[in-house]
Amino acid sequence: MKKRLLALVLAVLMTAALCACGGGKSQTVQATDNPTGSAGEQAPGQELTVGIAADLDTSLDPHVSSSSAGTREVLFNIFEGLVKPDTDGNLIPAIAEEYTVNETADTYTYTLREGVRFHNGKTVTVGDVVYSLTRAAGLETGEPLVSELGGIASVEAKDDRTVVVRLKASDAEFNAYMHAAIIPEGIDPNAEVVGTGPFRFASRTPQDSIVLERFADYWGEGAKADRITLKVIPDGQTMVMSLRSGAIDMTNHLSASQIADLSDLTILEGGSNIIQALYLNNDFEPFRDLRVRQALCYAIDRQGVIDLANDGHGIPLGSSMIPSMGKYVVPELLDVYRPDAEKAKALLKEAGCENLSFSITVPSNMPAHVDAAQVIVEQLRAVGVNAEIKLVEWATWYDETYKGRRFESTVVGMDTHSLAASGCLARFVSDSGKNFINFKNDEYDETYRKALATVDEQEQTELFKRCETILTEQAANVYLQDAASFAVMQKNVSGYRFYPALYIMDLSTLERTA
Amino acid sequence: MHYVLKKTGVLLATLLLVSLFAFLAFEIIPGDPTTMLLGSDYTPERAEALRQSLGLDRNVFLRFFDWLCAFLRGDMGTSYSYAMPVREVLRGKIAVTAVLSLMSWVLVVSVSVPLGIALVRYQNKAFGRICNPLNQVIMAIPTFFLGILLTYLFGLVLKLFTPGRFIPFRESVSGCLRYLLFPALAISLPKIAKTARLLRASILGEMKQDYVLTAYSHGNSRWLVIRNHVVRNALLPVVTYLAMSLADIVASSIIVEQVFVVPGLGRLLVASISNRDYPVALSIVVMIASVVVVMNYLADILTQAIDPRVRLS
Repeated sequence: MKKRLLALVLAVLMTAALCACGGGKSQTVQATDNPTGSAGEQAPGQELTVGIAADLDTSLDPHVSSSSAGTREVLFNIFEGLVKPDTDGNLIPAIAEEYTVNETADTYTYTLREGVRFHNGKTVTVGDVVYSLTRAAGLETGEPLVSELGGIASVEAKDDRTVVVRLKASDAEFNAYMHAAIIPEGIDPNAEVVGTGPFRFASRTPQDSIVLERFADYWGEGAKADRITLKVIPDGQTMVMSLRSGAIDMTNHLSASQIADLSDLTILEGGSNIIQALYLNNDFEPFRDLRVRQALCYAIDRQGVIDLANDGHGIPLGSSMIPSMGKYVVPELLDVYRPDAEKAKALLKEAGCENLSFSITVPSNMPAHVDAAQVIVEQLRAVGVNAEIKLVEWATWYDETYKGRRFESTVVGMDTHSLAASGCLARFVSDSGKNFINFKNDEYDETYRKALATVDEQEQTELFKRCETILTEQAANVYLQDAASFAVMQKNVSGYRFYPALYIMDLSTLERTA
Repeated sequence: MHYVLKKTGVLLATLLLVSLFAFLAFEIIPGDPTTMLLGSDYTPERAEALRQSLGLDRNVFLRFFDWLCAFLRGDMGTSYSYAMPVREVLRGKIAVTAVLSLMSWVLVVSVSVPLGIALVRYQNKAFGRICNPLNQVIMAIPTFFLGILLTYLFGLVLKLFTPGRFIPFRESVSGCLRYLLFPALAISLPKIAKTARLLRASILGEMKQDYVLTAYSHGNSRWLVIRNHVVRNALLPVVTYLAMSLADIVASSIIVEQVFVVPGLGRLLVASISNRDYPVALSIVVMIASVVVVMNYLADILTQAIDPRVRLS
């Protein structure tokens, strides 16, 4: 007994000693790398830590179309295409210095910038460009890796600075897809991450962190920070704590409610460039009736959703078009269905669906959509519709709802992979593999095809606008909003900029100021 | 000896069944690793080719058998998500979770036993009156929430550590242990409360036994009776509980790691399940299950070593 007691006392003492000695040491550690640090920190040697909500995908192959939003955001810093988007939504020259289009918009000629280097030190040649585009467009396999590039018929080098891309059919929007990454010929992008961007990939630790380093030989202005560590922090509350403690310098992965108590930090607001809607399975029996779908549109007040689920931070949407793609937006579509409970009830009665009840499938890992769905359920109850939220895991949502199309309705956000209008609209063509809502409308299909073939920009824009109008008139979905996204950073960090479309987290301009 | 053999047999059978069930569970849940890997644009042929290259087209029991043989040889397979051996993916993370769990367990053992005894000794003093209800409250706080409370209190208010900035072992051993102390506290506090309460109840139960009367009649004070006679008997159920609680601690550490941004097995397990990265998920599940089963086994053996009555029954 005495021996045991002794052992016990020893154990307690040891623990205490451990804590005590731990204490002294790490206080000195804290003092040296205190982020609010001293004036000694100059521009060179800057290291920043950025919080991200999910680990990057397995493959950092820039041509893999299935990349998650979080992965694309980061890859933007590592890879570049012939052109790249700027903060105003224009395409600016990157690896290509300039480009020309022929009159029928089916041949694009790119002149390469001189002296652009890959992260492995090699200079970008026409061979690399031809290799990259051939690979991305699947010219050898017949299966495009980047589906937007499926329209390419051939890619060839005219001389050692000029690349000619021929298309199967005219496409005035084609240049918008040319931000597809250029990678060195003969490198397996699954094994080696080599691009031409302002940062090069240094290392990663699964589910923990990714390290990017400044690329000194970048052709352009180059990154401000020397080293950026992307720290994986999936829990929002923990992200907030890490910002408060100074463990991370910046994140753009927080919601409106989470930033509420971070008002002493710098907060920037931008769009998240997704189309959030109550997507309706047009093949679900009650939703085959246009009147039922319209009734739902009248019953749901999108401003109410924005106010309650997003504290008012969001841009209302009337159709499937990202608001920052200015010229394609049809503002009048917001007024097609003004919230009107009486009208909704009348339409439901007319359709014989007075006791309508259906399920709303929502991926449980996306709180923004779960919150919106909860508001919708309450709004629908007011017109006597009984909607029930079905939370599923992301993989299940993807398999059952998106791929299998086995659902009644779902609240999610749809994104686009290019600055072209077709990115938002292609999925609603009857026979599109991405048409998970089973939307079928002959006029839509025809208008969309006509728009793609139209070379005149003005005319094409009008046709795309007509497509959006059809989606709204047919009440294909109940469109909600483009929710705001927030970049939160420490007071001494600045330079973050939002981009109007795609998934971009530009880290090159981020810097710590004294 | 016969008892140990029998228990060992049960141990092996349980481990086998646990891994089989884990394997089958991943088979049943919807979602397919190939769709997670291929994303939205792919042809059925490509999916089929990938299924074949991952060996997913074969019979589930055959696959289980292959997996088991490889696992026993120490080959945990290749992660789908990270395209590298599971061993590489887990490297370093097992140590972190193990240290965190062990630290929490040491805290539980070293604090709860003296506390439980003190609770009986000072039952009617201010100490007992304050501690008993407090115990009840701490027991009821979910680990996750306690983690957030501790982060806030020790990290942001008292600034004893920087939440979110984990210090790896190789950088500073003491720094790492100091950081882990706070998640360990979050894990162990509810367990300490529970164990102390259990010990207190056990001692109070023992106090009603006849031998206690005899001890009193020898002229011992209440404290001497407790110290010299009761505690040893009362510790029996607590030993079993403590041994088994290590398993529970490993499970809580998975949750607490997320709150404190500790790069252990926890987040990897959650992520590998949602990415349908079965080789990783299965390896972690089986490892954790092994800890649970082995701890139960040790507890059984230990109990019968302490108390011969268990062996007889």
